[in-house]
Amino acid sequence: MRDAIDRAIVIATQRGLPLVPRPYHALAADLEITADELMARLQAMVDSGVIRRIGAVPNHYAIGWTANGMTVWDVPDDRVDGLGSRVGALDFVTHCYRRPRALPAWPYNLFAMVHGASREEVHDKAEAIRSLLGEDCRGSDILFSSRILKKTGLRIGA
Amino acid sequence: MPDLDAVDRRLVARLQGGFPICERPYAEAAADLGIDEGELIVRLGRLLEARVLTRFGPMYQVERLGGAFVLAALAVPEECYDAVAEAVNARPEVAHNYRREHALNMWFVLATETPEGIPAAIGKIEAAIGLPVFAFPKEREYFVEMKLEARV
Repeated sequence: MRDAIDRAIVIATQRGLPLVPRPYHALAADLEITADELMARLQAMVDSGVIRRIGAVPNHYAIGWTANGMTVWDVPDDRVDGLGSRVGALDFVTHCYRRPRALPAWPYNLFAMVHGASREEVHDKAEAIRSLLGEDCRGSDILFSSRILKKTGLRIGA
Repeated sequence: MPDLDAVDRRLVARLQGGFPICERPYAEAAADLGIDEGELIVRLGRLLEARVLTRFGPMYQVERLGGAFVLAALAVPEECYDAVAEAVNARPEVAHNYRREHALNMWFVLATETPEGIPAAIGKIEAAIGLPVFAFPKEREYFVEMKLEARV
């Protein structure tokens, strides 16, 4: 966090922007800074990557992406970075990470999130990942989500 | 599932990023969608109310703020699933939580303002529910781009 004002801006906007014609002016008034300063600070946070993007966060179930599969893969540690970059580049993968295993229960070190309008579509996409991994795939699973229990996003200063 | 019209679908597809930082951002975004400022504000309010959208605003990358973001999982016995979900969701550090079909059947994301906040939050959750939390911190990010068009 750059300073106390940036922190106050994060806390004031993490739940969303005010739905009024001049939202940044409204926020600036609440924070007792000028609208120009607020907008400059937000722009700086966008430019530095602190803000990934500004916009709408859809509930993917409500917009028709009803099958959500976390595909997980066990690939050799010395190959995972190259493979992860290639899996992440597939156009249907929305998130792709390397994570630690939790042996013996959890042998997987590569996670790729795949969404579809049906489970069949997610299975087809997972097959495409499996083909890409080839013999480096030593094990895999798909964890479908069956319910959103919470989806609020970041809440600091609570 | 709520009915979305063509304008709603365009809004969902085009407004997942790039919302302008200017005096009248809704007016500017509305012009791109071919509607006026007032209609965009009403539609956003309606889509948020109907939970088609869960939020409208900046998406912060908490690591870049000096904080931490960790995926974690639990193996929850079915008979106490709802009570555990309630206790986990009650923590403000829990940003999202999903039920998944696996022995590890509850997957949530912890977002905290400092790295030390993660073990502290895990400790509180374990104390509250009496089950071990499996933490899967990301070791490397290969790709993140969550922009999905409406398919309904």
